[in-house]
Amino acid sequence: MTKSALTRPPLPADLHRLEAEAIYIFREVAAEFHKPVLLYSIGKDSSVLLHLARKAFFPSPLPFPLLHIDTTWKFREMIAFRDATAKQLGLDLIVHTNREGLAQGINPFTHGSSFYTHVMKTEALKQALTEHGFDAAFGGARRDEEKSRAKERVFSFRSANHVWDPKNQRPELWHIYNCRIAKGESIRVFPLSNWTELDVWRYIEHEDIPVVPLYFAAPRPVVSRGGGLIVVDDDRMRLEPDERPTARKVRFRTLGCYPLTAAVESDAMTLADIVAEMQAAQTSERAGRLIDHDQSDSMEKKKREGYF
Amino acid sequence: MKAISEPAIAAAAAVGPFAASRDQLCVLTCGSVDDGKSTLIGRLLLDASLVFDDHVAALSRDSKTHGTVAGDVDPALLVDGLEAEREQGITIDVAYRYFGTPRRRFIVADTPGHKDYTRNMVTGASTSDLAILLVDAEKGLLEQTRRHAFICSLLGIRQFVLAVNKMDLVGFDERRFAEIAESFAQFASRFPACDVAAIPVSALHGDNVVRASARMPWYQGLPLLHYLETVAIDTRPNAMSLRLPVQYVNRPDATFRGYAGTVVSGVLHKGTEIVIPRTGVRTKITRIVTMDGELESASAADAVTVVLADAVDVSRGDIISSTDKPPQRADAFATHLVWMSESPLLPGRNYLLKAGAQTVSAMVTELKYRVDIETFDHLAAKELQLNEIAFVNIATAEPISFDPYDESRETGGFILIDRHSNATVAAGLIRFGLRRAANTYFQSFEVTKEARARLNAQKPALLWFTGLSGAGKSTIADNLERKLHALGKHTFVLDGDNVRHGLNRDLGFTEGDRVENIRRVAEVAKLFVDAGLITLVAFISPFRAEREMARDLVAPGEFIEVFVDTPLAACEQRDPKGLYKKARRGELRNFTGLDSPYEPPLNPELTLDALKESPGDLADRIIDFMQKRGMLS
Repeated sequence: MTKSALTRPPLPADLHRLEAEAIYIFREVAAEFHKPVLLYSIGKDSSVLLHLARKAFFPSPLPFPLLHIDTTWKFREMIAFRDATAKQLGLDLIVHTNREGLAQGINPFTHGSSFYTHVMKTEALKQALTEHGFDAAFGGARRDEEKSRAKERVFSFRSANHVWDPKNQRPELWHIYNCRIAKGESIRVFPLSNWTELDVWRYIEHEDIPVVPLYFAAPRPVVSRGGGLIVVDDDRMRLEPDERPTARKVRFRTLGCYPLTAAVESDAMTLADIVAEMQAAQTSERAGRLIDHDQSDSMEKKKREGYF
Repeated sequence: MKAISEPAIAAAAAVGPFAASRDQLCVLTCGSVDDGKSTLIGRLLLDASLVFDDHVAALSRDSKTHGTVAGDVDPALLVDGLEAEREQGITIDVAYRYFGTPRRRFIVADTPGHKDYTRNMVTGASTSDLAILLVDAEKGLLEQTRRHAFICSLLGIRQFVLAVNKMDLVGFDERRFAEIAESFAQFASRFPACDVAAIPVSALHGDNVVRASARMPWYQGLPLLHYLETVAIDTRPNAMSLRLPVQYVNRPDATFRGYAGTVVSGVLHKGTEIVIPRTGVRTKITRIVTMDGELESASAADAVTVVLADAVDVSRGDIISSTDKPPQRADAFATHLVWMSESPLLPGRNYLLKAGAQTVSAMVTELKYRVDIETFDHLAAKELQLNEIAFVNIATAEPISFDPYDESRETGGFILIDRHSNATVAAGLIRFGLRRAANTYFQSFEVTKEARARLNAQKPALLWFTGLSGAGKSTIADNLERKLHALGKHTFVLDGDNVRHGLNRDLGFTEGDRVENIRRVAEVAKLFVDAGLITLVAFISPFRAEREMARDLVAPGEFIEVFVDTPLAACEQRDPKGLYKKARRGELRNFTGLDSPYEPPLNPELTLDALKESPGDLADRIIDFMQKRGMLS
């Protein structure tokens, strides 16, 4: 299903450097940590992350499992894509849901986005990391996404309680990463730290990496909420009395829990269209993330608490 | 929002098809506090239309609350990310910014000007190709400016942009600009050869940042962005000898054994003859494997997996190298060291040294001098504090492969890691291997430790008693030695007080002297273990780092850490030598447990409670332990 490498034009120098840097980071972690895991969120960044990890260890299979934190509110197409990818590539996929949160019926409608995210994502992630004893977790975060991420290290140290201390980070010199941790502590690793959103799409296009179809424009049932377009993915969506879903041609720049992720109107139906759209883009992708707007510093707060 | 709508014109220029040859330039910005670094980057992004609309909206919102510029957007707020920084108005950590034009992709490391955060600047400089040095046109060159320029040069940056900022505040005066450019040129003449481009700018108003300034017609050079887009990128690595550090050995099954790593310099082909410097073994590259198919050749910055012709001994940390000019190997080096930790560098203390994929035990054997980065004077120093730079000799427990830092940053740089906090405490730059060490080989003798132990009919061991003064270490060791002696074992006790009367007579009780005290005892104990003896060491040995160092000196399983865990109050009450009383009267300084710290072991092999059992019973417990481990058989 992917184009043969031989028929593909060579990567431009800038993407080639980014690719090599990410592969280097994957190998360094696999060599130095006991139990790494790849945080797989099904989105485009995770698709790139997975692709790079496979390149890093080829011809061996991945020397670590994938972990998906399932809030149970992901788009159905995301779950289908996740399962198909795991099956096709023969991946060791762990799916974790915060059982207590689920039992208590925590959802994005009644409990508010920030409490919901804390319980179903942040807490769930900490549970899974502790339960399996992972000492290094790869994430797809990029420094261009958000201001507090711009200051995070590639190897981001976490205390035994998964807490990030932005004022006490290890200096990262050259490409030498300090992988030493005490028992119970862990490292979050971000191989895509130096990538931008445009780099991600250019790379996906060059390498012909499969992504969730939600990234491509199609007519979808949407309601307009708080300035954003929300796609009604299933009948759990609680509509206001005056809300009627209407079909509009939309796509997603970022994917998360469907009630909290806004779509954008777009005609981009191919990877080339998306790259072109991206080059002309005038808003950042996280504008589509409703959970970031609670407060101006909300991402830094969430990260200190252990959010990815 | 005039400042924002205007550059929409520039946007048209910035967007467009990317050149297939599009490359990447890593840029560092530095300079003193308030010289306007964050403002300059913010302005660069705004004027090149590289800021998203919602970020601009957040910016104008933030400018009202935190902004330092009356009635206008403050571009610095785009860049100063962390909450605390926005409140204090200073940058406290390194922030990375990404932007690009069709020609080039830029990574900008925005580093703090505040003196306490020099370590972050060093971090930013270590991966940068070019440094933009900001100078306030009113203030001229400051101590911080010189300090940062020096650090950039030390870290191997050879391309500088001297951005003389706030030209609006000096009436766009050409003479003032020339004056500053000249004084920097004089200062920079003390560095190794470098290129300096001086550009007069006003970051706040955008003059000569993206567009040429109409207010400084006397300046004939390029505006900053255009200069960054066109300046030649250092391509030295490709021209150098092959270095492929092995990061990871890839073994999916018995039929494939590949060595994975990223080429640091040089070129390799199928069939290239290579050498492994650690063993001196030569072989050939037979395959260059990637997921996209096999390659005929690879060069600097390619991440590859190679297969070698022969089944040779290669592991993580080895450097696959060209045979004509392989890396040097040494276990002692002259290096520059930038100290990055709040706890000072202590010569003699054991640290971990990580260079590429090689990690070894290391210690600073001699602090030759500290560098005054204002005057470049060499100052005598016994310790090194946070943000200080020194020239030192370092010895490693085993040889490593390296190139001088000036030839290769990737194979000539290293970090030091504290063994207990695991913090990165220093950045090191190898200048040269020490000739003496390179010529001092271990003499190997035919009669080995094992042979001596066999003749003694025992297994050598190192029992290390640690605990507060008066805890009962020597008494228990004495009991244990008598019992071992009765069992026919050959033993020796090294006691803290006794050794301080002889070998360590020259040492006092400062932290540095305590480290050296334990280092010598550990080395002596190792010799006794080599002689085949069961060696007992009874020393307060207050620091974990030194006890770990002692553990590493002997073979795995030979070291038994015995923690004599007597509480301070009980030790003080016993006070067998009257030392606590003296210390309390102020006659003894640096007394462990009182005004000098004791770091209890985290995972000792044995913890003894001297309040509950007699020294004889405790000695029996140790004998039990040794028997269970098969150490007395």
